[in-house]
Amino acid sequence: MLKRIFLFYYNGFRTMTWGRSLWAIILIKLFIMFVILKVFFFPDILKRDFSSDEERGDHVLEQLTNPLNND
Amino acid sequence: MIESFDTSLVDWSRGQFALTAMFHWLFVPLTLGLSFIVAFMETIYVRTGDLEWKRITRFWMKVFGINFAIGVSTGIILEFEFGTNWSNYSWFVGDIFGAPLAIEGIMAFFMESTFIAIMFFGWNKVSKRFHLTATWLTAVGANLSAVWILVANAWMQDPVGTRFNPEMARNEMTSFWDVFLSETAVNKFMHTITSSFLLASVFVIAISAWFLLRNRHVLFAKRSTVIASVFGVIAAIATIFTGDTSARIIAREQPMKFAAMEALYEGQTHAPLVAIGAMRTDTTMVPNPREEFIFKIEIPNALSYMVFLTPSGFVSGINDLVYGNEEQGILPYQERIDRGAVAINTLKEMKRAKDRGDEAQFTAMKAKFEDPQWLEEYYKYFGYGYYKDQPVESLIPNVKLNFYAFHIMVILGGHFLILSIVALVLSMKNRWGDKKWLLWVALLTLPLPWIASQAGWVVAEVGRQPWVVYELMPTVAAVTKISPGAVQLTFWIFLVTFMALFIAEIKILTAQIKKGPEEK
Repeated sequence: MLKRIFLFYYNGFRTMTWGRSLWAIILIKLFIMFVILKVFFFPDILKRDFSSDEERGDHVLEQLTNPLNND
Repeated sequence: MIESFDTSLVDWSRGQFALTAMFHWLFVPLTLGLSFIVAFMETIYVRTGDLEWKRITRFWMKVFGINFAIGVSTGIILEFEFGTNWSNYSWFVGDIFGAPLAIEGIMAFFMESTFIAIMFFGWNKVSKRFHLTATWLTAVGANLSAVWILVANAWMQDPVGTRFNPEMARNEMTSFWDVFLSETAVNKFMHTITSSFLLASVFVIAISAWFLLRNRHVLFAKRSTVIASVFGVIAAIATIFTGDTSARIIAREQPMKFAAMEALYEGQTHAPLVAIGAMRTDTTMVPNPREEFIFKIEIPNALSYMVFLTPSGFVSGINDLVYGNEEQGILPYQERIDRGAVAINTLKEMKRAKDRGDEAQFTAMKAKFEDPQWLEEYYKYFGYGYYKDQPVESLIPNVKLNFYAFHIMVILGGHFLILSIVALVLSMKNRWGDKKWLLWVALLTLPLPWIASQAGWVVAEVGRQPWVVYELMPTVAAVTKISPGAVQLTFWIFLVTFMALFIAEIKILTAQIKKGPEEK
């Protein structure tokens, strides 16, 4: 069964014609997204800068309330 | 409070998000609609055994595949942006957004790796019925995977089924079903998918018109038009119905957006609907009466009737909402701002008490966020508190943009309905293609469904400004304090990447369309 599924996908990819350029685009796109953009430009700020949910919550609470200067 | 936020950072972050979302939305509606059109075509092939229908199915399936491949995963970039540019927002909504997006990701993965693979690799390898089942499951799965992101978006427009945890500054889901089945969510999903079906129908009619104009693959083009026009007429009627319901929900839940859509400054009973109009000036600041239109054609009573199903219904105008209307029980924005500031100060006081270890004060402040009456009187207006010391007019969305986006969407929707009806009626008489000018109209209509669809999202998203979570979190408070330069850099990277992808899509798509269906 597993072999049949493997061969189904294998033969499908092998016999592709116009689909090859699409796969090239998909792979380039995924590379740009996950290897370049995500790693170098789009860190998860709260995950990167804080180690626990308590710290993250405290930081956001500070962000949401601190600028208010209307006591 | 607002002045402590960097507005250029907010503008760039918004611009980047809008760019990404609008690019993503070039592909999604065609995927949603074309998947069903292909499924109907293949059903006819399986039922009749007519090989012409197989050619038709395989051609449109190829177009579907190209669109899907170019568009797939462009939406993930939005999630990157949440974590980097909108971390306050991501944290604030955390549980509400996390669950639906995780379900969407899992569903999309399984759908793409199984059903779509069978669709493309399975011809002549699996039985006809098995292949057809995979095609239908792809269509249903694609549309269902859209549910989750739309539910999340609907919650931002109408935050229900949650409670605010003040200690963690986070909303927590109290009822999945309240979130999932809110009137806003259900209607948003229905309006989005029906309008996507309409977009795909017009796309098929337009491409088929091109073949007819060139007198190539005439049978293929005529049969494609029949399926697309039937689907288009049904989708157009459903889109009008869901759009009408949507307008009623917006009028009730987001009256400012509704007033901006119609540029209605002074609320009134027997309110007319502006069918077509051109606005004269910058209309963002009130007071700015309707006479500011250069011209307008109105349908008497229609707006009141649309919202209340009676012409005597009072439709709130921008001035009523900003300055209040005691007779109609509308609280002025200044009062909402004052109440919101109380809620923010309470949260601030709770945090200070916690920091200095004052357990009694901390407990007292925290308890307010569990008191239903206090929540209704103060926390409900939390987001308004950020506009303390700001002109109340800064809470008005861009009226001109909303007005035009809404009217462009509606007028184009009417055009698509008429086009679909004409194509269907003439196809039934086997006269579709006789009049060249009609084919040209159909072909030139090709880009318009995308304009209508994007305009719809402009109404939904610009119309609810300044809120990112309606009345609770303004956009300025949602943004992460990072360097605007970093956002600008990625904005331009995205613009270049998206342009390249878009050109690639158009190039591959036009090349495949020019080839036409496989030879017999």
